[in-house]
Amino acid sequence: MSDVTITIIDREGVAHQVLAPTDMNMNLMEVCKAYELPVQAVCGGMAMCATCQCYIMSDHDLGERNDDEQAMLWEAEHVKDNSRLGCQIPITENLEGLIVELAPED
Amino acid sequence: MKQDMITTDILIIGAGPTGLFAVFEAGLLKLKCHLIDALAQPGGQCSELYPKKPIYDIPGFPEILAGDLVTNLMKQIEPFQPGFTLGERAETIDQLEDGTFIVTTSKGTKHHAKIVAIAGGLGSFEPRKPAIEGIAKYEDKGLSYIIKDPEVYRDQKVIIAGGGDSALDWSIFLAEVASEVTLVHRREEFRGALDSVEKVQKLVDQNKIRLITPAEILDIKGADQVESVVLQHNDEAKRMEVIECDAFIPLFGLAPKLGPIAKWGLEIEKNAIKVDNTLDYQTNIPGIYAIGDVNTYPGKLKLILCGFHEATLMCQSAYQRIFPEKRYVMKYTTVGGIDGFDGSRKEAEKAVVKKIGNH
Repeated sequence: MSDVTITIIDREGVAHQVLAPTDMNMNLMEVCKAYELPVQAVCGGMAMCATCQCYIMSDHDLGERNDDEQAMLWEAEHVKDNSRLGCQIPITENLEGLIVELAPED
Repeated sequence: MKQDMITTDILIIGAGPTGLFAVFEAGLLKLKCHLIDALAQPGGQCSELYPKKPIYDIPGFPEILAGDLVTNLMKQIEPFQPGFTLGERAETIDQLEDGTFIVTTSKGTKHHAKIVAIAGGLGSFEPRKPAIEGIAKYEDKGLSYIIKDPEVYRDQKVIIAGGGDSALDWSIFLAEVASEVTLVHRREEFRGALDSVEKVQKLVDQNKIRLITPAEILDIKGADQVESVVLQHNDEAKRMEVIECDAFIPLFGLAPKLGPIAKWGLEIEKNAIKVDNTLDYQTNIPGIYAIGDVNTYPGKLKLILCGFHEATLMCQSAYQRIFPEKRYVMKYTTVGGIDGFDGSRKEAEKAVVKKIGNH
């Protein structure tokens, strides 16, 4: 098993179904960038900017937010209960069918 | 030209690693540089976002902290005496008839240069402002989002808001300078270097910092300048408190924006400036270059090491543009050494040529 299918809904409401590899040490932010979806990823994946914030729309269990992610989300705008930072979500097999929506930009 | 205008050969917009290294390469060609940056200190993202993070892909450095890289670059360019306009954002650009440029900052400082090199990274870092109505009226009147000169706060009552490294580090620093420091944060948890968190804890224990958490500042009061803030404790009672102060400094982090540069008539693609990567990283406006993370071309990688390369080629092209009649051959620093504008000279120690014989 090397790819999972993920649906990413952009800020215009358009759903993009993409294939994400599980064996390349990628995270959700990087998958968005790889498919040229509008994620700025200012800090490059250090959980320091929240430009990759997204809402988890499916009922996948992604575990708890890690400390860095949690702290960033305390400071970010448009944060909801299902907010996560894409850069802190590694692509694993249990993400098959995941649906996420990109949070608005500041 | 007017007397109060800053004049230089290459005006570099952005004092991150790429912009700083451009000063070195320009210096080898005897070109003078001046840098503008919206942040109060040089180093760009390296200083502002992750000074304590190690970088592993700087050639020749198996591991170097971002902050140390900036310190090293500053030392490397010191002989070339770069000028700095810090804490001001490059706002407008005008091209004169002779092909030179005038760049004016947000505070009205004018810079006159033969060449403009935009090394703006992700754009200028704009502070995130708290959502307080009418907040603009207090800006620079007791309210600041960045600290440029901490001495301003000597013997003042200061309120800092925020939960990250800058809120922690400035609270520590100002505890010794200001008469009173109050640190307010929405949460009880802070996110920073372990060392900073521990220091703040110690200063709180010693009553040198008053810590109010979880709480949020909802309003600023004062006729012409900040006289007090209205704070709400985030406990069950939601108790309100008015705290008298001379200064209110919300440090909620910075968000980069390409900003006014986007309106300079440069070709922009995906938030980056298109350049000619087959030659010299020049933009569609001759004389204006874009180097480092701010530019884009086929195969672009936003890496510091790529920015260094781009800065080097930009300087060669800038030289040709300034001195079209001159012929120039690149000289290795191992051969030519470095002649600083400050009169300093660095060069390889001469080998001795001496006979070694038997007694």
